[in-house]
Amino acid sequence: MTPRTLTASKTPKAPLRWLRRNLVVLAGLLTLGYLLLPNVVVTVFSFNAPQGRYNYAWHEFSTDAWRQPCGVAGMCGSLSLSLRIAVWATLGATVLGTMIAFALVRYRFRARGPVNSLIFLPMAMPEVVMGASLLTLFLNLGARLGFWTILIAHIMFCLSFVVTAVKARVMSMDPRLEQAAQDLYAGPAQTFLRVTLPIAAPGIAAGALLAFALSFDDFIITNFNAGSTVTFPMFVWGSAQRGTPVQINVIGTAMFLVAVVCVLGAMAVGNRRGRRAA
Amino acid sequence: MTTLTEAPPPLAPAPPTERPPRRRGRWTPYWLLLPGILWLCVFFALPMIYQASTSVQTGSLEDGYQVTWHFAAYWDALQAYWPQFLRSVLYAASATVLCLVLGYPLAYLIAFRAGRWRNLVMILVIAPFFTSFLIRTLAWKTILADGGPVVGALDSLHVLSVTNWLGMTDGHRVLATPLAVVCGLTYNFLPFMVLPLYTSLERIDGRLHEAAGDLYATPFTTFRRVTFPLSMPGVVSGTLLTFIPASGDYVNSELLGSTNTQMIGNVIQSQFLRILDYPTAAALSFLLMAAILIMVTLYIRRSGTEDLV
Repeated sequence: MTPRTLTASKTPKAPLRWLRRNLVVLAGLLTLGYLLLPNVVVTVFSFNAPQGRYNYAWHEFSTDAWRQPCGVAGMCGSLSLSLRIAVWATLGATVLGTMIAFALVRYRFRARGPVNSLIFLPMAMPEVVMGASLLTLFLNLGARLGFWTILIAHIMFCLSFVVTAVKARVMSMDPRLEQAAQDLYAGPAQTFLRVTLPIAAPGIAAGALLAFALSFDDFIITNFNAGSTVTFPMFVWGSAQRGTPVQINVIGTAMFLVAVVCVLGAMAVGNRRGRRAA
Repeated sequence: MTTLTEAPPPLAPAPPTERPPRRRGRWTPYWLLLPGILWLCVFFALPMIYQASTSVQTGSLEDGYQVTWHFAAYWDALQAYWPQFLRSVLYAASATVLCLVLGYPLAYLIAFRAGRWRNLVMILVIAPFFTSFLIRTLAWKTILADGGPVVGALDSLHVLSVTNWLGMTDGHRVLATPLAVVCGLTYNFLPFMVLPLYTSLERIDGRLHEAAGDLYATPFTTFRRVTFPLSMPGVVSGTLLTFIPASGDYVNSELLGSTNTQMIGNVIQSQFLRILDYPTAAALSFLLMAAILIMVTLYIRRSGTEDLV
């Protein structure tokens, strides 16, 4: 070990030493580039005027797609369907998940172990398996595939993620705050609404955001349980075979921008809250 | 709801030890759990049971299926589709290793070196989550296009001759080869590796690094003996979060691969939705589930971290 450090310190080449010291940073930035490269490509190709049906090769600059984002048959309909499903799935999963998270953190009861495993399993199961088995159930029940079966599936797989997010937040909560509220003559409902819920809110918000993203973006499970209903990811999937319209890239770019703005906004609010609390 | 009335009257101040929140009512946790757990039982656990019974059925789509305890379906399915099974494990494993190798520096960068840029880098890791992953996967078709700059660079650096030799690519193209599928899998599941790694790295006390340095450890030794062992929980949950979904994925091999890169997910999907051979499809997805559960259990045992949830 020592001889190597000696030789290392003896080499006076500054650029080499700088490189060695910042190797981690460089490697990390390269990975970040790898992660963002498709987003860059999606953005650039949203300004393409493609030749032929496929938007995989650059042809010439155009803003047509941005001026007519809904110019493709069926795309905006599928987009609004996906948004509607995501809103309801988020609502359902967040309410059910928050209740489970509170029960798991706040109470000691006998079924805790099995309940914990039942929450963990959907996250540890490949999506094909879940989608396929849910389809088996629906086929056996003779259910009509469509909006409702998609919604049921989405609430099912978002639930565990909400529970995990809310649990993390509630676990770090000081139970003495609630006791203090009760000592100050707050009723159980008042304590919950004025103390418990506001403290748990960031965890609930994180869970809801995750559920929304997961539901909006899900393809594998939806593909099994949608029947002939077409959500946005399914539209994209179909278009990959038929020929991708540029408008898909416009939507992709817009989603990325909205996400960045939302996260920045949430961080700004969080920072202000944190400063006020401190 | 009736349990709420059992709570002590709010106007009677009692010493706090007498009413810790968890004693408010014996049945309250069960009421809180009921709707969500019911949902999971009906739409997650019950389907698994249905699928198990489907996998031992025989019959045809026209005449209907009957449970005949036809366990040979498993054997037949395994015999017919073992290449796809093997491929799924190989692709998912290589993608997981690549995610670890690529993701670790990024997580390290966010945890220790980003400083005031930390939030920005974090946003850039999470934000792609919100853009449709199908759109981003399709973008790889452009990036890896035949004769494109990326493939040209790989070719001139003789990377392709190495991957050709390994059987990962075929000639001068990357698209429609195993390399493209592994590249897509790595890309899609990278955030699932970076985030748990970051969480466990962030918990490490920076003074431990200083202490290691004071004891004459080289940066590499510090990493090998201090940082990496302490980040083990992140490594374990990251590999699981990457390997499990990657082994069941069929999107990447469908969009970026060819018929020679089909994974078990592709087979299950087409058996279920196109060929409508439900018993075989159910048997295949049951085998996939069993294989993953066994591997995960062994892995968790070996790595010795049980508190994953």
